Formats: sequence, C-alpha cells, structure tokens
Amino acid sequence: MTTHVPRGFGARSAVAAKYLSLVAASTATLLPLAVVLMAALKTEPESAAGGPLTPPHDWFNLRNFEVAFSQGHLLRAFGNTAFILAFSVTGTVLIGSMTAYAIDRFRFPFRRLTISLFLLASLVPGVTTQVATFQIINSFGMFNSRWSAIALYTGTDIVSIVIFLQFMRAIPVSLDEAARIDGASPLRIYRTVILPLLKPAIATVVIVKGVVVYNDFYVPFLYMPSPELGVVSTSLYSFKGPYGAHWEIICAGAVLVIVPTLVVFLFLQRFIYNGFTRGATK
Amino acid sequence: MHRPTRRRPGRGLLARSTPWLFLAVPLALLVTFTYTPVFSMLFYSLTSWDGFSPQKEFVGQANYTELFTRPDLFQVFFVSLFYLASGAVQMVLALYFATVLSFHVRFRNFFKGVLFFPYLVNGVAIGFVFLYFFQPGGTLDSVLGLFGARGDHLWLGDPQLVNWSLASVSLWRYLGLNFVLFLGAIQSVPGEIYEAAELDGANRWHQVRHIVLPGIRPVVSLSAILVVSGSLSAFEIPYIMTGGANGSTTFVIQTVKLAFQFNKVGLASAAAVVLLAVVLLTTWIQRVLVPDEGVELV
Repeated sequence: MTTHVPRGFGARSAVAAKYLSLVAASTATLLPLAVVLMAALKTEPESAAGGPLTPPHDWFNLRNFEVAFSQGHLLRAFGNTAFILAFSVTGTVLIGSMTAYAIDRFRFPFRRLTISLFLLASLVPGVTTQVATFQIINSFGMFNSRWSAIALYTGTDIVSIVIFLQFMRAIPVSLDEAARIDGASPLRIYRTVILPLLKPAIATVVIVKGVVVYNDFYVPFLYMPSPELGVVSTSLYSFKGPYGAHWEIICAGAVLVIVPTLVVFLFLQRFIYNGFTRGATK
Repeated sequence: MHRPTRRRPGRGLLARSTPWLFLAVPLALLVTFTYTPVFSMLFYSLTSWDGFSPQKEFVGQANYTELFTRPDLFQVFFVSLFYLASGAVQMVLALYFATVLSFHVRFRNFFKGVLFFPYLVNGVAIGFVFLYFFQPGGTLDSVLGLFGARGDHLWLGDPQLVNWSLASVSLWRYLGLNFVLFLGAIQSVPGEIYEAAELDGANRWHQVRHIVLPGIRPVVSLSAILVVSGSLSAFEIPYIMTGGANGSTTFVIQTVKLAFQFNKVGLASAAAVVLLAVVLLTTWIQRVLVPDEGVELV
C-alpha cells in the first residue's frame, strides 16, 4: 500500500522490531517442520545418538521414506484419498451450485423457508452431531465404505452453498433471461450460462474443500476403520503403533504427507489465499 | 408468494416444479445429514440407549444431570479454556502480522507463505511433528538449552503443562488462517484512506486504531466465532498427540469415547446437545453484540 520512509532513530528501531518479530514468527513456524525433515533423513543409530538439532550425516539418505511409503501403505492411502476427494469435491460443487441457482433465480412457495433451513444449518458444527449421524450412516449400510466419507463431505457442507449463493447474486439475471428467450431450458441455462460464470466460486470451493478433505482425520477415523480404506490421515495415524519409537520412520511418513500440500501451495499460492479469504468473508 | 416475480409466470406443473428438481438432492442431504441428526440426538439424549440394542429406554433428564454433576465429565469445559486462551493470543498475533504485512515489507510474500502454510498441513502430520517437538530432551528442550534453560520437561506428560502445550499447537496451526482473513479484509480498505490519514498527521497506530480495526470488524467477529466454536470442539491435535491422557481430554474426545468405546450413546448425545447449545448461544450473543451491518445473506 503506502511506502513508509523511515526517519530518525525511533522509526528505525520500529522497523527493526517489525523484522525481528517476523523472523521470530517464521522461525517458530519452520523449526518444528525442519527438525522433522532432518529426523527423516537420519539412520536409526544416528537418530538414537544425536539430539534433534544435529543435522543428518547424509542429506540424501532416503531409506526411511522407502520404508514409510511401502510398509505404511501410503500409495493405497493416496489412492483412497484421491477417490474420496474427486467425488466429494464434484458433489459439493454440484450441490452448492444447483442450490444457489434454484434459490436465486426462481420464486416459489417456501423459498424463504428453504433459505433459512440452509443458513441455520451452517451454524451447526459437524462434530456436535456425530453421535446421531453415525447411526444414520450405519443404517444406510455405508459404515466402513468410502461412500460414508463422500456422503458426509458432500451432504454436510452448507458453507459452500452459502459461498455459491453469494457469487450467484453477482451474476446478472439478464444473461439467463436472454438465454431463456432463445429457448434454453432451465437445465441448459444452468449448464451453459450459470456454471461457467460461477468459475471463481467453483475455484474457491474446490480449494477450501480440497484442503478439508485431504487433511480430515475425524470422519475417516470414525467411519472407515478398515485398514484397506485408510486415507492419508488415518494411514499416517496407524504409524503410531508399529513404529512407536522409530522416529525416523514416523517423521518420514509425516514429510511424505506434507510434501504434496507444500507443492500445491507453492504453485497455487495466490488462488489459495483468495479462496480462503472469499470462502470465509463472502 | 406462489407467483414468480423475476421470471415470466410458469406454464404448468413442470415449470413450477423446476426449482424443486434442482433442490431435491441438496434438500434430501440437508435433512438427512443435518436436521435428522440434530433431532434424533435430542431424542437419544433422553434415553439410556447403548447404540445397538433395539429398545431405547426413556430416562428423562438423567443424562444431563449426570453430565453436570460428575466432575470428571464436567472438567472438559475447563480444558476448552486453554484453547480459548490460545485462540485469543492467535487473534492478536494474526491482527499484528496482518497489519505489518499490509504495508511495505521486504520478503513480504515469503513471510505470508510461512505464516499461512501450517493451516494447510495435515492434522495427523502436525500431531507427529509436535510429538517429536515436545519429547523430553527433544526439539523444544534443546532450543531452550541453547538459551541456558537446561533440563528435560514432560511437556505432554505433566498435567500442569499438557494443555498449554496442546493449545500452543493449535495456535501454530490456526494462526495462518486468521492472519489471511485479516489480511484480505485490511486490503479491501481503499489505500487512499491511509494516504489521507497520513496527510492529516495520523501515525501508524492511529491508522490501525481508526481505519484498520473498524474496517475489518465483520471479519474479526467472524474469526471470534471460529475461535470459540473451535476451542469447544478441539479434537484432532489432543486425540492424536495424547489420546486425552493426563487431563487433556476435550469435549469431543470425551463424547467420541462415551459413544463409540463405552457405548453410552444416551449420555454422549446429552453431551453433544450441550456442546451444540453452547455453540449456538455464542453465535447468537455475538450476532446481537456485533450485528452484520450491510451483510445480507440472500
């Protein structure tokens, strides 16, 4: 924004304090991650002997990653996560955009009530209703299947519906009226006019939802206990038993789970920030 | 009400049912996964159901009485206070860094990225990262040793320390989200206002006090709601790191254990109803205190 030109001693020490605080915060953020990366590169005797701050002898020792990846079944975990991610994100986008289209573009009986039902639901945090939700999933026979997670991620995400509603209001009604006069059906208008114009909202929802699904532990842990269904979170969690004291393997597993996030973040930084700001404030 | 106002009047049944065709699936999911659980939970909370037996015996308010009179069940509320405290610190720090990084700073994007990144990291990975960090003689003790404070601490084993340690992990994890929300809000305040204020002789503090804070009030109140409901529903970090040991059991850990380990679905439902009531109450109080002026939802 404005360029601040420091003048005098007071201003200069204020600048110094500012950078000092930023460096301190960055160190506090990065240090826990850096030591885990170092631990993942150490051999077993090495990690037993030295302290956590001593760097590894061989910075290219990838043994632990191999063990974590193959014995920790991380390939399967990434597969399961990708499957759930694809369905949940697509489902959330379809549900959210259809709801927004119906509510914003049509006037029909009980419209206000419908809106209130969605808005009111956005106040109910998912964790609070889990005891009863579990019974419902169970009665559908979805317990211990990937569909339980997909149903829950798609069906309980009211926040994305609210995001889509906000964006929907910004799309001029004259556009779909024009399409209507040309004889387009509502479904066609939704597909060819509304969905393309909702792209920024879709990007926001894909990012926010993607982060939630990739990182969630609660839902897969409760609803998909079978090891074959392990997602990234639960598979990593199961490192806790067998590798109890093998910190080099646990750390390697944690690094393997964090790296995809880091790569995506570095490539999509700007969109990710925007996604979160919009997702929460719009 | 039954007549379309924005569009030409519908012709026949098909036209009138169009919105419902789009709403059928969303509404079905809404009712199935949000409203049914809320109501059945209210019902379960009045029974002594174990989760699988066919009959559900009605016990009235007994579960609620048990919840509020057994100190071991009630103490989870005090654990939330640690997370609430860390949430308050989180908001202050986030506001500070968002203000600092809104103005010209070298390596601005680097600092932004570093502060925000933890929010994107997998919760289980964070749990392991900090288990390693807090080990006796581990990273934290080694770093403290560099500053002359030698000795090993049971950061996660000592009931006096465990909740502070866990709440500080939440601080590490969620600071970035609040920071980015505040940053976005501050940047939506037009830059000319700052320039005008500077010409009028306002210093940085005046600008923060009179321009930044009022400008981002809706976002601050939103993040206050997130902090409160987040501190009540803390689960992942304490569950992964300590499993609720040494007095670190939170409300959600307790509810999950009651329902899925001890099969006390009735009691767990009562606990969940109380949690839901507290969250809704806080949101309502907040809405009354800080009304969203100009933010009309639909």
